[in-house]
Parts: sequence; C-alpha cells; structure tokens
Amino acid sequence: MKKIFLLITIAAGVTFFYSCSKKIDEANLSYPAINPTKPDANAGTWKPILLTTAGEFACAAPIATTSPDYVVQLNEIKSFQNEISAEEQDLVNYWGAGAVLRWNEIMRELVAKHNIPPFQNPDGTYPAPNANNPLAYPTFPFANPPYAARAYAYLSAAQYDACVAGYYYKSLYNRTAPFNVDANIKTLLPKSTLPSYPSEDAVVLGVSVELLKLLFPGDQDFINQKAEEHKRARLIAGANVRSDLDAGEALGKLVAAKFIARARGDRAGTAGGNPTIWAQQEADCKARGEIPWISQEAPKRPGMLVLFGKVKTFLFDSLTLVTAVRPAAPPSTSSAQFKTELAEIYDFSKNLTREQLRIAHYWADGISTYTPPGHWNYIAANDFVQQNFSEARWARNMALLNMSLMDAAIACWDAKYTYYNPRPSQMDSRIKTVTGLPNFPSYISGHSTFSGAAETVLAYIIPARAQQYTDMAREASASRMYGAIHYRSDCEKGLETGNKVGSYAVSRGHIDGAE
Amino acid sequence: MIKNKFKIISIIFCLLFFNQISFSQTDIDGLMMQKNFFCVGPTVGYSSWKNYWEGTNKRENLNLGTVSTTAAMVMGNYGVTDKLNLLFGLPYIKTKASAGQLAGQKGLQDLSLFVKWVAKEKKIGKGNLKGILIGGYSTPVSNYTADILPLSIGLHSKTAMLRLMADYEMGDWFATISGTYNFRNNVTLDRNSYYTTEMHYTDEVKMPDATYFNVRAGYRSSTWIIEAIADQWTTIGGFDITKNNMPFISNKMNATKLGIHVKYDTDFVNGLSFVADASTTVAGRNAGQSTSFGGGIFYILDFSKKKKEETQK
Repeated sequence: MKKIFLLITIAAGVTFFYSCSKKIDEANLSYPAINPTKPDANAGTWKPILLTTAGEFACAAPIATTSPDYVVQLNEIKSFQNEISAEEQDLVNYWGAGAVLRWNEIMRELVAKHNIPPFQNPDGTYPAPNANNPLAYPTFPFANPPYAARAYAYLSAAQYDACVAGYYYKSLYNRTAPFNVDANIKTLLPKSTLPSYPSEDAVVLGVSVELLKLLFPGDQDFINQKAEEHKRARLIAGANVRSDLDAGEALGKLVAAKFIARARGDRAGTAGGNPTIWAQQEADCKARGEIPWISQEAPKRPGMLVLFGKVKTFLFDSLTLVTAVRPAAPPSTSSAQFKTELAEIYDFSKNLTREQLRIAHYWADGISTYTPPGHWNYIAANDFVQQNFSEARWARNMALLNMSLMDAAIACWDAKYTYYNPRPSQMDSRIKTVTGLPNFPSYISGHSTFSGAAETVLAYIIPARAQQYTDMAREASASRMYGAIHYRSDCEKGLETGNKVGSYAVSRGHIDGAE
Repeated sequence: MIKNKFKIISIIFCLLFFNQISFSQTDIDGLMMQKNFFCVGPTVGYSSWKNYWEGTNKRENLNLGTVSTTAAMVMGNYGVTDKLNLLFGLPYIKTKASAGQLAGQKGLQDLSLFVKWVAKEKKIGKGNLKGILIGGYSTPVSNYTADILPLSIGLHSKTAMLRLMADYEMGDWFATISGTYNFRNNVTLDRNSYYTTEMHYTDEVKMPDATYFNVRAGYRSSTWIIEAIADQWTTIGGFDITKNNMPFISNKMNATKLGIHVKYDTDFVNGLSFVADASTTVAGRNAGQSTSFGGGIFYILDFSKKKKEETQK
C-alpha cells in the first residue's frame, strides 16, 4: 500500500515537471535574417528629413580591397570565425534580423523601463526628472506616451537620414563586401548585393547610439554594450570589415548631431509647464463656462506635459496644427450629448464583458510598457519582418510611422490642454476603471489619435493589411471606453485626428523618392 | 461520539500577496479524517492591508488606500482510509481598493485538490510522531485576469504542491512542522508583451516557484484546538517592484506571518464544528502587510453507517 502511494506521488511529480515546461518562445527572437527582395541601392537619392543633401556630411573614401590594411581586416573576420560559440551565433542571428528593427526594439525596452511616474515629495508636490542628473531619483526620463512618441520619432527619422547618407556613399565608393573579396570568408547571413562601405548597419548603429544617449542618458552602459555586440555580430557574420563599420558609425554620429540639435530646440524640454501655466489652463476652461479637468491622483499631480502641444512637429507647421488638424471642441459638459456619453461609460464600468476587459488590457499600454506608440512600432516591426524590406526601406517606413506618431501626440496634447475636458470618473464618482486613469484631460483620446495615425501610415505601407489596421485601431480606440477612462467623442475624434496626421506622413511618402 | 474520534481539517487564510488569498493550504495540519467520513463546510475570510512592501521599501499608496479581499469558500475532506484523505477547496473572491480609481475584481478563483497520506507513524517517548506526505494541485476555474494587481483575485497560475509534514502529539499538546514546494506554471496575460527587468515579447509569463514553511503548536483535545501559527512564503526568483511601479505577477513575493487558529467541536450536534482564524504579516517583500480574519462551519457526514446497518440486517 505504502509503496503504491509513494510511486503514485513520484509519478505525479515527474509528470507535472514534463507537462509544465516553462520554456517560452518570445516572438522577437525568431525573426528571420534581413534578406531584401529589393535592395534599394538607390536609397542615397531618397529625400532626407533634416539633411540638406545626402552628402551633407563627409565620409572619407575607403582603402582599396587590395591594400595590406584591408587584408588585416579580412584576417580579423577570420579570427572571429575560427571558432564561433553558440552565444556568438545567437548574436549573429539576433542582429541579422536588421539594424533598424533591433535599435527600435532597444528603444522600446528603454521606454518600458522608464515609463513610471515619479513618486511624490513629502510635501505632496512631485519631483521632475533631470536630464543632467539622470540616475538620481526620479530617474530621467519619465518615458510617458508623449515622451516616447517623440523618442521613437527622433530615432527613426535620424536612422532614415543616416541610411540615405550611408547608401549615397555606398553608391559613390562602391567598395564590395569582404566575402566577395576573399572566398575564405564565411557568410553567416544572406549575402547583401550592396556595396559594403560604409556599412548600413553601422550608420544605423552610430546614429541610434547618439540619439539613445540623448533620450536615455542614464543607460549608456546598456546602449554601448548593445553597440559592441552589434559590431561584433557583423564581423563574425563576415558581412563587414572593420573599416566598413568605422566609417558607417562615424557618419551615423554626424547625422545624429543634426537631430540632437533639433531635439534640443523643439520645446519638449519645457513641456512640463509651471504652476502659473497649470492655473491658467484651468482658468481658461472655466472662463469658457466648462468644468475643467482635475487630477484624480492623490496627491494631485500636475497634468502630464501640459505644453507638449507646442512641441515642434515633423510633418506640418504649427499653423496647420491649429487650423487644419485640431479637432472642434468636445460636447459641453452641460450638454445632453455629454450626459449620454457619460452614462455610456458608467454602463461599461458596471457591465464589462470578459472580452471587453481583454481588449482594455491588450491595448492599455500603461506604466512600465512601451506605450501606445511602442505598441504600434511592435505591430509594424512584426509586419515589416514579413515584407523583406531593405535596411533603408525599414528606416523610411519606421520614420513615416514614428513622425506621424509624434505629431499625433502633439496634436492630441494640443487638444487636451486647449479644451481641458474632465474624465468620466471626475464627472461621475461611481465610475471605477479597469486600467490606470491617465493624469491629463480627456479630449481627445491619445490611444485613438496614435492608432488613427498608425492605421493610416501602415495601410499606406502595406495596403494588403489595411483592413486589419483599421480593425486594430478601432479596437484600440474602443478599449479606452471599456477601460472607463474616455468618452465616445474622445475616441472618435481621436481616430479622426490621427487619420489626418497620418495622411501628412503618407503625403511625404509620395514624394520622398522611395515609392 | 463521532467528534471524539474524528478530527477535522483546519484552515488558515494564508499568505495575502496583494489580493491573492491563498487557500491552497487547506491541509496544513497533522489531523486525518477517518475512513468513509466526509467533512465539508463553508468558510469566510476578510483580509486587508494599507501598507505594503515595494521591494523591501514599506510604503502606503494614496491611490489605493486600503486594499481588501473578501472570500467565501467551500472546503471538504474525505477519508479514503484512516491514513489517506482527499481534500478540496474552492473560493469566491472579491477585492476592493478604498481610494483611487481602480475597480475591484470578483469571481471564482482556483480549485485546490490534495492527497494527504500518513506515511509513517511512530511512538516516541510518551507521544506519537506522524510523517505525512501531501500532494496538491490548484487550477483556476474562471477566466479572471491576473494582470490587474493588486486587485486581481489571484495569479491564475496552475500550481502543483509537494509537502512534507511531521506532527508530534503528546497528550493534548502538539506541534506540527511542514515544508512545501510550489511548482507554478506559466501564466498567460491579455497582452502581447510585458516588462519585468527586461522586455518580453510574449503573452506568457514564467512564474517563479515558491516555498512555504509552516510551524504550528498548541492544545488539541477532542473538543478544542487552539494553536499558534508561524509561516513563511518565499518566492524563488522573481523581481522587485520598482519605485512607484505597479506589482506584477512574477514579482518576488515573500511574507512572514503569525496567526492563531481555534476550532471547537460542538456538544449539541454530533459532527458539527466551528473554526476561527486570525493572522498578521510581520515581514514581507512585494507583498501587502495584511491582517486577516476568517471563520467557518464544518459538518461531518458519515458514509460508513449505511454499510454497517446493511450488514447488520
């Protein structure tokens, strides 16, 4: 008897171990190596965003593939390839999926890491992160959705200009890849047909490192480590020699400086406002006869980035923002429509289905996540992987997407602080939420604006998936009503405004030379 | 008559990790149900915390206020033999935050099943020592979300438990110690990525396993059980909540608790008994500093009588 039970117990234990394997396959680790259907060798002729011309920054002519120094560089690859460890093979596979993709992913990770609101001071005020002392609490930055949208945009736009410059010099110098020079160089990745100097991976790396250091100054160790791994992966793979990488990285850094200068002057640094501005925005709303938004956090937290609507846009000018993009005023808080919309949200808060809760959480993208712009970057990345884009086209498409997401953030924040509309739970204290209540005015919904912009740009890039993008955007938008944190008007006007912003990115796509 | 012979299971409201009351320790004592007897009954519990440990830093959260969990549960224990018992427990849970905007959650949580086996019994000195082996399994019975901590009603992880227990009884006094290893299965979230200490592009979360130690001692007669309890839940692995972040299911949740448990077997109805529990958290990490109370009524059904009567006829 005893033995039987002992055996049963052991058998049950063993079965459990086998049946509950904890191994998880993470989607981003199985992306295939980049292997473009169209190499886009002419990307050096595409229209840059900030550069005056593709050749604005110098890139010195490469040494000849017959020179002794080049042979030294070939030998460096051979020494790397002499024994390739499993870890090195993983590095090659990881970075082989694409430079724009991986640096975008790295930024998403940093955004998630830093997307936590600062804890209050003992006196009930809130400290602001300081870029000049990024590791002191509260660490810099608080990567909230507008901050993140701007970060993704600068990274992507700069990567695009760096690619245009890099491809320009590739065509100009036409130095072939190491595996074409020496048959003993193994190629661990698909052979690129492009000239190899300067390396497109390295221009992306060079520009990305500088932008990431600007935007996440406390994470330089992590960023540098990624850069080292990226370069090593290129050498191990036999894809580039050292001078391809050095030239590309240097060129990328030069391009970065131009974007950093723009970032320093784009008014984001003062978007937090000050007590005078906070009081003024509230007073202006009251003067219009409306009920102003009030922070429902304890202690009351000033609205998030109250002047982000004044940040310099990428795709249109500030006049266009006010005259053509800004949505009309929301339903008055005293109107019948407002009451109907408020009642609808109360109803969601009382009678949410499990599927609606799933949707609310799927799109929540709240604190400690990559934010809604990050979510759309992830969606785009997963789809772009299937498209076999060249590195330059990845950069161009990500730049269109992320410039639209940043401008969507600006347009949305402009509306939020222009109208200063209260949240449903402020107007009806019975309303409780199933996702974090954002600390800023309601109209228009940020998720909806981001999603409207992303939907438009992604449908332009991959028309075959247009319907899916529309469905996703609508679901993301509705998720905010299910979460009981937005009215229907916020969501509908948000989508509409986002669509408008996205169309400016599409217009740019029509004339950038990449179609 | 019956009550003198048959001792029933005890319950404690164990380990409040944020809003998870773990009822899995339905069998944490050294008592056995006799063959063909089935003890069953409802219990209720209330647990709350205002302060919690964010990592090792103790704080309050003005946007949560006091987080409370109310639970109603049905538990049962059937004696397959005198030395082999089968147990189950199923709680309905409701959570609430007294401040802030987050909505409380409610629903049926996890069904727990246990096999309890007295592997060894030995006279030592004037007392009696029992070695008990317990295997358990718990699985969510509703599609609740674990991803709205601290208001989730549970962690939605299928868990297997292996517990070794020693119970020493001398007259009306006793002491029981046990150690449990909890194998916790991956949990699926409603989102496609999440951040722990790094980014993960999957909806699956690898749950760290956990150990649980329990020491209890006191008075145990045929009418009364009065015992003091100390226990320690330790998560093996997991990560700390970063400053001002929300908790996550794979956090390193630890807690040390002290409690008491009382059981009274009634004189007026054979097989009817009452239980009451109270506990408080004295140390923790990524856990609420909870105080818990609970009570229950149990009744023993005798499935052996009929058979006996039939044979007598």
